[in-house]
Amino acid sequence: MSNEPCLLTPSQTVGPYFTLGLTPTRDETGFGPLITNEIRGDGEPITIRGKVFDGAGVPVNDAMLEIVQADGNGRLDAPEFPGFARAGTGEAADNSYTFKTVKPGPLGGDQAPYICMIVFMRGMLLHACTRIYFADESANPNDPVFSRLPADRRETLLARRVETADAVSYEFDIHMQGERETVFFSLADAI
Amino acid sequence: MSGKRQSAHPPYTYRDYKSSILRGPARDPVDLGELEAKQSSGAGVESRASLAGRFRPGELDHDLTRNARRGGEPLGERIVVSGRVLDESGSPIPDALIEIWQANAGGRYLHKADDHDAPIDPNFLGAGRNVTDREGRYRFLTIQPGAYPWKNHHNAWRPRHIHFSVIGESLAGRLVTQMYFPGDPLLDLDPIFHAVPAAARGRLIAHFDLGLTQPEFALGYHFDIVVAGSGATPRDDHGSGAG
Ligand SMILES: [Fe+3]
Repeated sequence: MSNEPCLLTPSQTVGPYFTLGLTPTRDETGFGPLITNEIRGDGEPITIRGKVFDGAGVPVNDAMLEIVQADGNGRLDAPEFPGFARAGTGEAADNSYTFKTVKPGPLGGDQAPYICMIVFMRGMLLHACTRIYFADESANPNDPVFSRLPADRRETLLARRVETADAVSYEFDIHMQGERETVFFSLADAI
Repeated sequence: MSGKRQSAHPPYTYRDYKSSILRGPARDPVDLGELEAKQSSGAGVESRASLAGRFRPGELDHDLTRNARRGGEPLGERIVVSGRVLDESGSPIPDALIEIWQANAGGRYLHKADDHDAPIDPNFLGAGRNVTDREGRYRFLTIQPGAYPWKNHHNAWRPRHIHFSVIGESLAGRLVTQMYFPGDPLLDLDPIFHAVPAAARGRLIAHFDLGLTQPEFALGYHFDIVVAGSGATPRDDHGSGAG
């Protein structure tokens, strides 16, 4: 069977009501979340927390974030490791998002560890992809992607480590516009 | 990036869609493929991660007429929505997760942020999900959604639509979109629909399909979804392959 080349289906916004289908909370009818804000697997347990700011510096209360990552050993295909999670802003009073995951290991070569993040929200007609690098990693300056970004914009991809007595968390804010606009990537084949 | 790919998607900011102005990134995205092509470290997570086949929806998740019943049937016109998920070469994408959400027949979402003065249907949640089969095919049974007002401009109404999220094998193919219905007079007036380049808009409109229509039961609509492939070289750059 020969396949005909096809034209891409255009993107549209997730709109304000995506929680209904993408981040539902379970009610008595039983339809609950299929994808949560948690990833369990090998590696150091960490929490990632932050806010999404619009061009006026206001925290967005209806953004959806997805993360894709390797486990602590740098594996993307470990059994029982989905490497994928999703969280919305707007549940927490301060409009922050939270992921509970493990710190990824590097994939190999010169790559530093990082997490891929996809940003969706009402008002975005097309999602945007970024990467979360860890500010405490010495491999960052040699990472082939991080090191090739304009020096004054690299910092937008750094998550800051915060240690308390019993937990490790990283803070990572996203700025859609302005002086601190987060670096977003086009995956060459996507956009 | 080829022009064909560029022209499918709406821009990040679109004047007539007011909330895009402060929310879409202002700077051009950095081409990740170009950065990675120069390195010897191997491909990154974006091109190596594979997400297909990792999700297992529940048995009734694809049937929105049954997945939230509280002792009665949802009101409205039952519809079957079905189609295939393909990549640009026309190859089916099996095991892709499709999640949908929509308003009820009266144009109301079961969502705390929806203050439209239309009735809530106690037997309709408006959310469903399914995975594609080996031929990339998916199927939902649901209720024809109603049009609803929004506050973008005076007398603004969204055309009837169903929101779709698609997670296939590649991250490049991640897609969130909306499916519209043929003949809807509101399409001509909708800035979200119009933000899509004119040549690509028609791909967002489902086709009425008598073959999918079930006698004495439900109208059928056909909606195919084409997503970017798994990092393979675009077909149009290399002529037609053996395909
Ligand atoms: Fe909607």
